[in-house]
Amino acid sequence: MGAANPEIPLTRPLVSPSIVTRLHALVVTVDHKKLGLMYISSALFFLVVAGLMASVIRLQLAVPNSNVVAPDTFNRLFTVHGTAMVFFVGMPIVAGLSNYLVPLMIGARDMAFPRLNAFGFWMFLFGAVLLYFSYIGAPGMSGHGSAPDVGWFAYAPLTGRAFSRGNSTDYWTLSLLVSGIGSLASATNVIATVFSMRCKGMTLMRMPLFVWMMVVVSGMMLVALPPLTAAQIMLLVDRYLGGNFFNTQAGGSAVLWQHFFWIFGHPEVYILMIPGFACASEIIPVFSRKPIFGYSAMVGATTMIAFVSMGVWAHHMFSVGMTSVGNTFFMVSTMMISVPTGIKIFNWLATMYGGKIRFELPMLCCLAFLFQFLIAGLTGIMLAAVPLDWQLTDSYFVVAHFHYVLIGGMLFCIFGGIYYWFPKATGRMLNRKLGLWHVALFFIGFHLTFDTMHIPGLLGMPRRIYTYDAGRGWNTLNLITSIGVIFQIAGIACLALNILISLRKGSKAGDDPWDAWTLEWATTSPPPEYNFETVPVVRSARPLWDLKHPEDPDWKYE
Amino acid sequence: MQFFIPNNCRLINKAWFIFFALGLSAAPVFADGPSGVTNIFKTYSTPARAIANYTILILAVCAVIFVIVTGLLFYTVARFRHRRGDDGREPAQVYGSNQIELAWTVIPILIVFVLSLVTARTIAEVQNAGPPSKALKVTVVGHQWWWEIRYPDLNIVTANELHVPVSETAQPRPSFLSLESADVAHSFWVPQLAGKTDVIPNRDNRMWIEPTTPGTYLGNCAEYCGTQHARMLIRVIVHPAGEFEKWAAAQQSDAGNDAQAKAGRDVFFSTSCVNCHTIKGTEARGKFGPDLTHLMSRQTLGSGAALNTPEEVRAWVRNPQSLKQGCYMPDMQLTDEEMDQLVRYLLTLN
Repeated sequence: MGAANPEIPLTRPLVSPSIVTRLHALVVTVDHKKLGLMYISSALFFLVVAGLMASVIRLQLAVPNSNVVAPDTFNRLFTVHGTAMVFFVGMPIVAGLSNYLVPLMIGARDMAFPRLNAFGFWMFLFGAVLLYFSYIGAPGMSGHGSAPDVGWFAYAPLTGRAFSRGNSTDYWTLSLLVSGIGSLASATNVIATVFSMRCKGMTLMRMPLFVWMMVVVSGMMLVALPPLTAAQIMLLVDRYLGGNFFNTQAGGSAVLWQHFFWIFGHPEVYILMIPGFACASEIIPVFSRKPIFGYSAMVGATTMIAFVSMGVWAHHMFSVGMTSVGNTFFMVSTMMISVPTGIKIFNWLATMYGGKIRFELPMLCCLAFLFQFLIAGLTGIMLAAVPLDWQLTDSYFVVAHFHYVLIGGMLFCIFGGIYYWFPKATGRMLNRKLGLWHVALFFIGFHLTFDTMHIPGLLGMPRRIYTYDAGRGWNTLNLITSIGVIFQIAGIACLALNILISLRKGSKAGDDPWDAWTLEWATTSPPPEYNFETVPVVRSARPLWDLKHPEDPDWKYE
Repeated sequence: MQFFIPNNCRLINKAWFIFFALGLSAAPVFADGPSGVTNIFKTYSTPARAIANYTILILAVCAVIFVIVTGLLFYTVARFRHRRGDDGREPAQVYGSNQIELAWTVIPILIVFVLSLVTARTIAEVQNAGPPSKALKVTVVGHQWWWEIRYPDLNIVTANELHVPVSETAQPRPSFLSLESADVAHSFWVPQLAGKTDVIPNRDNRMWIEPTTPGTYLGNCAEYCGTQHARMLIRVIVHPAGEFEKWAAAQQSDAGNDAQAKAGRDVFFSTSCVNCHTIKGTEARGKFGPDLTHLMSRQTLGSGAALNTPEEVRAWVRNPQSLKQGCYMPDMQLTDEEMDQLVRYLLTLN
């Protein structure tokens, strides 16, 4: 494939290639669409794996004093669940979507650095495998522990040699180091692609908002990931070369790790969330039949979120005993983020206002997203409110809040994105009936689980406890929370089934099933390896609108 | 008008559920005395009350925003849905409006400004309060997975249960806690008395409580600290006026030396128990585990792992790992006879 195989197959080969040939083609591919789909399918695979780990967690917590898993097993479950969901589900979904869509949307034939692109994917996959391999590899090497059990933010000094013997923490460190390099490669690539490979006429302010947001996210990765990498290296130095950065017994600082981790960790939340916004910003206009309201305000708001999100990290640390001035600073900066986020929500609402809203599956996901993200934002304000955060931080309220952001916000947008672009990537539509089952079941399950989960936090339930006593008022709430998981699993099963069935039997999609406006819909479904027969020329932010409505094109109003 | 699609009805139900649930948990169900349910809105101490009062304002602002924005969302979806028999023409293409953008930029900024001022005030009120001269000073040391509690002025060392006097309007007696850690990061959280403050090694943190109702208050370690993070519970026992002094006097005494328990005492002092535990008035001066001088005066064993009954004491010493898997107390491999003797001795430590 790629450079090694320049001729373009005009007809289907008579015999389909053997499985080995096809696997080989995947391993050596540098095609942005193949890599994008590989990113997305591995992410969905790890979503299922890490989701099942969460189900075991919820099984254990369904009733008080339960013994489904041992304490250490439980601690490993939530550590690996959190790490995998952030780094091996969220990050590759982002990379996959931007890989697949950015070149198509800007009228390019591939990413700027196709080989770097493949390198990034394989680094991510290697990191993910390394994390899960710790279940097998870590005990074999030293006789202590297996998977990491330090929590996904791995606070010092619990990760030091004195408290974490064996190699489990090293697996965690190395898997993040390795996949972080992959993410940096992918981010560099997106930026280079967008700034140097846009088709003729596509000025920055004519790019689809999706592309804008992916560039911003890539820029954020370049700034946010190095502190994490630095911290991981410092941790390795502490553990193996006698360093004392975080070794409190030798005068090191436990709080230093927290600063390093969260100066990565908070921008990371937006690195995961903004691609959700990116999907919503494409889907909502198309299904409202109106252009996005306030395009430049959306670009500005995204950029402002990116900048402000770099200065809010210590709101994860209001209880570590910072001075009141420090607490106040981070409270104000955190609350400021609600301003650009609010602008976005209002712009999406204004886009729908006056439109003709079609309730197709992608739009249903985005409507659920708008509702849920509003709630997630409001609980975010509660957590930014320092005195209230002293009660709520490290409680189940926080767990509910960030699952609301990442599932109710990001994942619903990603579902929308899957329904929206699946026809483009495969040439076939996803089944609507199964899709409705998926969205409905997942929606019910999500709300059963995560609406309920806020309340034990208000009743004093700390996070990361493997069990609790009866009589604290948490029993029923935890049971309902766990029951919701059943609906979520059923929903995801419908999605998986839908994808498998529709890949073979779905109705033909055609080039442009949604009557949309961006360039990816101008080529065939699935797009050929070279994306476009002739590189398109655009005159506005909605080139296909211009084609379809020559009497009233967008460029007249620019 | 036909009510639109069922999917959104479910949205409405959920919204009501959240507000109902929040309202339920905010209601002061019991007027007196704490229960096991550590509701952050049912407060019994000055800093917790300051937080709860401030929270009402935050919740009110959030509720108003929620109602307005969801109202807009539902209205828009219902009003501008694609209708049957539509003429198929595209709606008017509107690109934006700078005035409107300005409006929904400035209004949130004003809201943030007001919230910030109120928040800054409450932060200062809770965080910057200094100890009055009559304040009780306590040092709380977090260990994996128990709490060491020291009263430097009273020369008392105990574990897992913090005893403080009630603070009355006529005679305010707040308690100021110094938080230290012997190993990893923990967090001290008794929701009905104050917000949480982390307990971090190599760092001096402080917090204060001013309980106004006697009773037993429950709390947890709130920062993940390893295997038994879940079984690192806290109890705060608030004594009525005058009772705290009696408790303190009893705690200051040396351990009893009951002649009948001599056999068990010998077991204790001939095994490695003494390496980790202190019993005041004896040669046992270990620092790694909890002070056992007045063991039987405490309500629980293993930092809340079990109630402190003679049967549980025996079960605990027989095999600590069965009650608290992963804790650092080993099974001492005693014979049944030695166990009986040792437990008899431990039960005299009251």
